[in-house]
Amino acid sequence: MTTNSSEIRYLTPPSVEVKKKKYCRFKKSGIRYVDYKDPEFLKKFLNEQGKILPRRLTGTSLKYQRKVSQAVKRSRMIALLPYVTDLMK
Amino acid sequence: MLNQYETVFIATPVLSEAQIKEAVGKFKDLIVASGSELIHEEHWGLKKLAYPIQKKSTGFYHLFEFKADPAFIGKLETEYRRDERIIRFITLKLDKYAALYSEKRQKKVNAKTQKEN
Repeated sequence: MTTNSSEIRYLTPPSVEVKKKKYCRFKKSGIRYVDYKDPEFLKKFLNEQGKILPRRLTGTSLKYQRKVSQAVKRSRMIALLPYVTDLMK
Repeated sequence: MLNQYETVFIATPVLSEAQIKEAVGKFKDLIVASGSELIHEEHWGLKKLAYPIQKKSTGFYHLFEFKADPAFIGKLETEYRRDERIIRFITLKLDKYAALYSEKRQKKVNAKTQKEN
């Protein structure tokens, strides 16, 4: 037998998960100020119940996460965003 | 020492067009009379609120941007509280990044209104 034993063949190619690196969108696009008057933009950082998403999910850096959370809270104050809700999106 | 401020208030939806203008005019006069410099003004019109305030689900939004003495802010907010037409307000001091952002925003708004005219 002269078959090459090092060559392993799979019926289905093994799926190699390539992790997509998260990044801070503020640093990437150079946004310096998070506006509380723009609820459509802030909705990217909220879940369906209107809660603020954690940094580990959005990839936002700490500096901007603080600004995002401040902006969301201000936006809630002037009723541009709800405090609690169901199925916001 | 003048700081740059921004204030947004919500007026009740029960007012008529003329009454709204009167209320806005009152606060505009207040800002101008205090010797502050009015930089920018925006009327967002009747908007739906994200949650009811005083059992109302809509309100007129109005925004002012001005340079004023810190002592004036207290007076402005007292005036807001005394006025029954105002159901919610927020006043913020703008830092340099916020000021830059609002400058850009003003240009955008101005361009839009010019297109419409």
